Amino acid sequence: MSYPVLFITLLLSLLSVSSFSYADTVSEDPLERRALDIGKTLRCAVCQNQPISESNSGLAKDMMAVIKEQLQKGKSEREIEDYFVARYGDYVLMKPRQQGIGLPLWLIPPFLLIIIGSVAFIFLRSRTLKVPGRPKKLTDEEKARIKKEREKNKHDKD
Amino acid sequence: MKQWAYVLVPALLLLLALLSFGLTNDPRYIPSPLIGKPFPQLSGIDLNGNKVILGKVKDRPLVINVWASWCAACRTEHRSFLRGAQKYSRQVEFVGVNYKDELLNGKRWLSTLGDPYEWSFFDNKGRAGLELGVYGVPETFFVNQQGVIIHKITGPVTDASLADAIAMFSKGSK
Repeated sequence: MSYPVLFITLLLSLLSVSSFSYADTVSEDPLERRALDIGKTLRCAVCQNQPISESNSGLAKDMMAVIKEQLQKGKSEREIEDYFVARYGDYVLMKPRQQGIGLPLWLIPPFLLIIIGSVAFIFLRSRTLKVPGRPKKLTDEEKARIKKEREKNKHDKD
Repeated sequence: MKQWAYVLVPALLLLLALLSFGLTNDPRYIPSPLIGKPFPQLSGIDLNGNKVILGKVKDRPLVINVWASWCAACRTEHRSFLRGAQKYSRQVEFVGVNYKDELLNGKRWLSTLGDPYEWSFFDNKGRAGLELGVYGVPETFFVNQQGVIIHKITGPVTDASLADAIAMFSKGSK
């Protein structure tokens, strides 16, 4: 075997030596999933507009740890949310609650939509109702005048 | 079309006014829901390892300042606290909360820059901070004789804001 052939063979044989790779076995802890679900509804106070489940900030991680801890104690999702709302205010909720001061936030948009929609409907309808009637018949006098003007126009152009 | 202008122009102006008012707000400011509520009693240790309860009122109202050696803004407010401790220590008790810090770093910080606090709570994991709704240091809580949080300053205090906040104590008690 010549050297180049040997070299290529060796090189190709390297391709077959790939290390075994395993996916990490994931233990799907139901608690973890629930904690993430709660984490998604809470805003990270340091990073403005990110749920704590996605944030890498120290505070968000602490909050996730508290969620898990409280879930282990058997607290409900609502209780855990209340815990954070009591300390950080309504600000921590990604979705404002549909009660109290949060209620107008949910009610105003559909209310506005209805108002704008009905105004638009009334406006458009009044426009379609205002179809101009048939034009009046021209009198002989008017016809004669038009004819005269047209003639005049023709002569001007020539 | 003209009559529409009478509705549209004021509506747009109102919207503009609302939006420009919104611009004056600080998006980083989160009003604390804890004001008017009792300060949570948190047991733990101080920087010397003694068992303590944070938020327990002894004889004077509390000024509880959350600080950390890694926090730059804490450095700027520190002088105000040093001056404040000299001025007001008869009226109020200054308590520090060493937030998410290494014990040695915290102690070194106090020994080099001066220690305005009667004692500092050691909140290594930031759990006390979480109980207090702390989202960034420094934060300062003002707790009256009844153990109720009457005021909170987020961010560094100044001589003036510290004096104003301490004056609120005497107003409340009379």
